[in-house]
Amino acid sequence: MSDTSLTYAYAVARDRTPALVAEAGALTGVAGAPVHLLRSDRTTAPVAVVSPVPAEDFHEEALRRHLEDLGWLEVLARAHHGVIEALTACATLLPLRLATVYLDEDRVRAMLDHNQELFLDALARLDGHVELGVKLYIEAAPDTSAATTAPPEPALSPGRAYLRRRRSEQDARDDAHRAAEQAAERIAAVARSHAVQWARHRVQEGELATGPGQNVTNDAYLVPIAHAHAFREEVLRATDGFNGLRVEVTGPWAPYSFATLPEPGASTP
Amino acid sequence: MSDSLANRLGSLPSRSAPYQPSSSANLADILERVLDKGIVIAGDIQINLLDIELLTIKLRLLIASVDKAKEMGIDWWEHDPSLSSRADRSTSHLEEENRRLREQIETLRAEAALPPASAPEESAAARRPARPAKRPTTRPRPSPGDT
Repeated sequence: MSDTSLTYAYAVARDRTPALVAEAGALTGVAGAPVHLLRSDRTTAPVAVVSPVPAEDFHEEALRRHLEDLGWLEVLARAHHGVIEALTACATLLPLRLATVYLDEDRVRAMLDHNQELFLDALARLDGHVELGVKLYIEAAPDTSAATTAPPEPALSPGRAYLRRRRSEQDARDDAHRAAEQAAERIAAVARSHAVQWARHRVQEGELATGPGQNVTNDAYLVPIAHAHAFREEVLRATDGFNGLRVEVTGPWAPYSFATLPEPGASTP
Repeated sequence: MSDSLANRLGSLPSRSAPYQPSSSANLADILERVLDKGIVIAGDIQINLLDIELLTIKLRLLIASVDKAKEMGIDWWEHDPSLSSRADRSTSHLEEENRRLREQIETLRAEAALPPASAPEESAAARRPARPAKRPTTRPRPSPGDT
């Protein structure tokens, strides 16, 4: 059947525990096919989370074309993430990059064998941790009400009144950015007291940035599960006393931002 | 068509996560993780996600914001070595330094009454402003697959 279906790999886990097998068995994958765990014939660990996908949509050329389509990409990304998220509840996972596709299951087994040591090391490092996202926003409109509601000074010409208003708007923006910087430092200090590792994502600003306000920091923290609750509470409280700022904590995520392997450097001189 | 494909691929995992689901997580949060993060293991289907026009999505999503942050003066974190793991930090730093040095050279040339460094053959060079506006050299690409 390898000419009609390929094997899509989502993630790698350490053991085929009953809980993981049950959870995976209840899931539907990116193309509507059932998800299951795959183990090498030679070793019992690690295992890969896979599902079959139609070759017509996932061979190189089709995939390249589909991925240009934001609608298609969104469905794929959400399904990929959905599988990983559901399984994160019962096992530490090493998420694979979106669209990691193999010709058949034997090729996945070979991949597991080939990377066994790297996977087991990374899984050991991440075991018992989750990723939490922290974003700081400056609320939509810097408060310019002071400028607009202040009674107009009759002595000012319209031009000078305009300039004065512009300057006070600018001052309000500057204040907001200064406050955001202080808040960001406070958040980072609180967050790092719980986290074992952190990473910075780019701030979200484009059309997909849905949060109200202006995103000014976008971080990910690797946090021991036992600290996740305190992390969330304390980070959310870290902006108390600041006006016009909003902090958002997302997750827990599978440790996407911390699932990296040392570069094999095979092709570099 | 993408509609039917979307339907075909549309079945999300049939059970929602029992684990404080972020299934409602916003797409930007998901994409920045599944596209940019996660372990890169060579599959049999060779797709370099960063090579294709997804880049344009990424640009819309993320990249533009860096300049915005700089413009607002909140790029302090870019200089925090414990946080910045990305090469673009040093790149932008070099670009900035490069730009400053070019400006200094132009200033020095102006003081010494030398023609600007660019296009010395052109007779009009001497009348040019020190930093000529960039001419567009490429036209915007048509978006792929538009029909």
